[in-house]
Amino acid sequence: MLAFLVQRISQAALVMFVISVIAFAIQDGLGDPLQEMVGMSVSQEEREALREELGLNDPMVVQYLRFAGKAIQGDLGKSYFYGKPTLTVIAEHLPATLELVIGASLIIMFLSVPIGVYAAIRPQEWLAKFFMGVSTVGISIPVFLTAIVLIQIYSIGVTVEWFPEDTGWGQWLNGALSTEGGMPSYGRGEDLTYLFGTWNSGFFTERGLMHLVLPCISLASIMLPLFIRLIRAEMMEVLQSDYIRYARAKGLSAARINFLHALKNTMLPVITVGGVQIGIMVAYTILTETVFQWPGVGLMFLEAITRSDIPLIVAYLMVVGLIFVVTNTLVDLIYGLVNPTVKLTGKKA
Amino acid sequence: MKNLLAALVGTVALAMAPVAMSAEATKELKMAYDADPVTLDIHEQLSGGILQLSHMSFDPLVRWTKDLGFEPRLAESWERVDDKTMRFKLREGVKFHSGNELTTKDVKFTFERLKRSQDFKAIFKPFSGINVIDDYTFELVTSEPFPLLLNTATYIFPLDSEFYSGETADGKKKDAILKHGNSFASDNLSGTGPYLVKSRQQGVRMEFERFADYWDEESPGNVKKIVLTPIKENNTRVSALLSGGVDFIAPVPPTDLDRIKRDKDSQLVTMSGTRIILFHMNQDRVEAFKNPKVRQAIAYAINQEGIAAKIMKGFATPAAQLSPAGYQGHNESLKPRYDVKKAQELMKEAGYEDGFTITMMAPNNRYVNDDKIAQAAAAMLARINIKVDLKTLPKAQYWPEYDNRAADMMLIGWHADTEDSANFYEFLTFCPEADSGAGQYNAGNYCNPEIDALVEKASVETDMDKRADILQDVEKRLYDDAAFVPLHWQDLAWASKKNVKIEPILNVMNFPYLGDLVVE
Repeated sequence: MLAFLVQRISQAALVMFVISVIAFAIQDGLGDPLQEMVGMSVSQEEREALREELGLNDPMVVQYLRFAGKAIQGDLGKSYFYGKPTLTVIAEHLPATLELVIGASLIIMFLSVPIGVYAAIRPQEWLAKFFMGVSTVGISIPVFLTAIVLIQIYSIGVTVEWFPEDTGWGQWLNGALSTEGGMPSYGRGEDLTYLFGTWNSGFFTERGLMHLVLPCISLASIMLPLFIRLIRAEMMEVLQSDYIRYARAKGLSAARINFLHALKNTMLPVITVGGVQIGIMVAYTILTETVFQWPGVGLMFLEAITRSDIPLIVAYLMVVGLIFVVTNTLVDLIYGLVNPTVKLTGKKA
Repeated sequence: MKNLLAALVGTVALAMAPVAMSAEATKELKMAYDADPVTLDIHEQLSGGILQLSHMSFDPLVRWTKDLGFEPRLAESWERVDDKTMRFKLREGVKFHSGNELTTKDVKFTFERLKRSQDFKAIFKPFSGINVIDDYTFELVTSEPFPLLLNTATYIFPLDSEFYSGETADGKKKDAILKHGNSFASDNLSGTGPYLVKSRQQGVRMEFERFADYWDEESPGNVKKIVLTPIKENNTRVSALLSGGVDFIAPVPPTDLDRIKRDKDSQLVTMSGTRIILFHMNQDRVEAFKNPKVRQAIAYAINQEGIAAKIMKGFATPAAQLSPAGYQGHNESLKPRYDVKKAQELMKEAGYEDGFTITMMAPNNRYVNDDKIAQAAAAMLARINIKVDLKTLPKAQYWPEYDNRAADMMLIGWHADTEDSANFYEFLTFCPEADSGAGQYNAGNYCNPEIDALVEKASVETDMDKRADILQDVEKRLYDDAAFVPLHWQDLAWASKKNVKIEPILNVMNFPYLGDLVVE
């Protein structure tokens, strides 16, 4: 166990080092941070002075060493735009993103498992086919489109007038298809509950939850079909295996076979994929957060890019790298718990 | 009968409203801009966002009216003492948010701080000093006669000198102007303006509250609380208005104008703007551009009206010069001159009938439809056999390329900080000179010392009629010489719920006077 952790920590350090080097190497391509800091009419002379002050004129290696020296002490520099340490800025934005990811994960968990299992057990039912069809469509719709459609239907509202108003059924259909709107379309709202540190949560008030609904559904919409299909495929495979057949022959109840014996083994690959996907989800939040003006790290990162806020960009990439390493480590740990035959350090079982 | 009575009461209340309004500001306004102010220190950066903040939490000495005249704010009156001196009388009994009273020492403090500010010092360069006569009288002195003195006075928003003086607990000077990192002034604010900053979460939301002791008791404004949310994404901003999440948004993207017009609860206000969009033709990079006939050919080949109608969907005013209507240099006689036949003839006369190949660069997220405009221009130039190799870039990457003059034709938009024609020429058409900073954005390297001399003459001409004549002559000469290719002035658009009366408080400078906003 200790060897495993040491290995992972050194891996994390290596990942962060590589990311920081890459981020530094591309910063010239990210544009000139001064453009966002001074007005258009400021003279070249003033710009040059400011550049010197920020140390932007030093050779890249000098800049990197200066950065690395501080980074070892846990100081990842100051954001040009916020004027605060980058880690503080990220800490302020991270809770919003985590809540979005948690919300989306909950939706995925509570929908994908029952639907996936159902589709595996009764593959021929029309409902199972319907779910699979919808998930194929869902997987191919980009998240920003889902988000815009959700906003139009549930925030702004749509009035449907396709059917004749003067007939009873037409009126009913129009009414049934029209929506009122009224769901919040941007931001986290004002009713946040303070938890600790920089974490203000939207999970504990009605308004806060309302603000979470649409962004979480949008974010979940990309992953949900994937998980449904994955669980269905794995489950179907497991159901074919010998021990399930023996269990059936032994006369165990269908529920016991499906949910205790089969599901447990189905979940192994799902957990692996899930861990990786949570990391990818952090990346997807960039799109979701932009459309919903969700004040999380994704939006913060995108704006940092348009402003060439290089210290913040570098710090964000490093933090995301760390999140990936941590989630993968956790997945491996959980894997070990679910399946005791897996050894962590990769030695032969 | 009941309705009639209600209407009557409503009308009476409305008619009485302006009299007693400021005492009973009760309404709340939620608004969304594309960005929030980067700092609370209004001298840290000269940008639209900071000027919008300045007009909310501070007041200028004088401010622009809708038709580009001046109206007194903290300066009650002013008179010219001589060519180089203007005497101002300060309004008495004006309170800062801190409770301190405004006097000339605050104006002096502000003036001196402006002279130190990296972004503002260029604008205040013509000033040699400030003479304080008594607590409410002062004079601004310029080194040369300066016709734009009042234009510049719109940038003097007196700061609370007592509040910004001294040191913070950790020993930093409170009046420091810091571009990066946090200074006292970038987090704290005390002005005379209608709104106090109640809370601020940068990039997330900002809350303002009406200043109870605001001096302007005639202001009809009745908004007690303003919540500003920056919403960068155009679509989200419009959705926020349509779904009722906010009451007022700016800017409105041209693609959504119809959507807002169709919404029965919303209203749209558009205005022809003052930001000119143009192409420079770099004479240092392309030999052919040195020939005025080639430049004219390009000017004839570009269809400004087509771009304004098709690409900008009518959301722009086609331009044949730099100065928009209302500016002194605006020359009525100059019209867009689209004529492909003429352009082809000119190319033939210049000996370039077979054309040549050039490179072109434009940003793709800085101005409205900037990349599409460049594509259209490239297609238009193909008709006179100029092959264009176009590259469009995000603004963060574009400006370094612009500074390096990395392409033969480059697109730029310019708004004159002084709301005056001379500013256009100084930055865009003056012979480039690194030391003085003249022609800083002249990516064409067009150089005509005769024209520069005329502009400099206008810069010390205090007779406004004479000055206008000179500037209009300059505009005509640049037009005849085809020094650059003007495209259009970008329009401005705002939208709000119908009960938010934004029309009277909006202006072409794009700093809404929110202190005077009435919400029904």
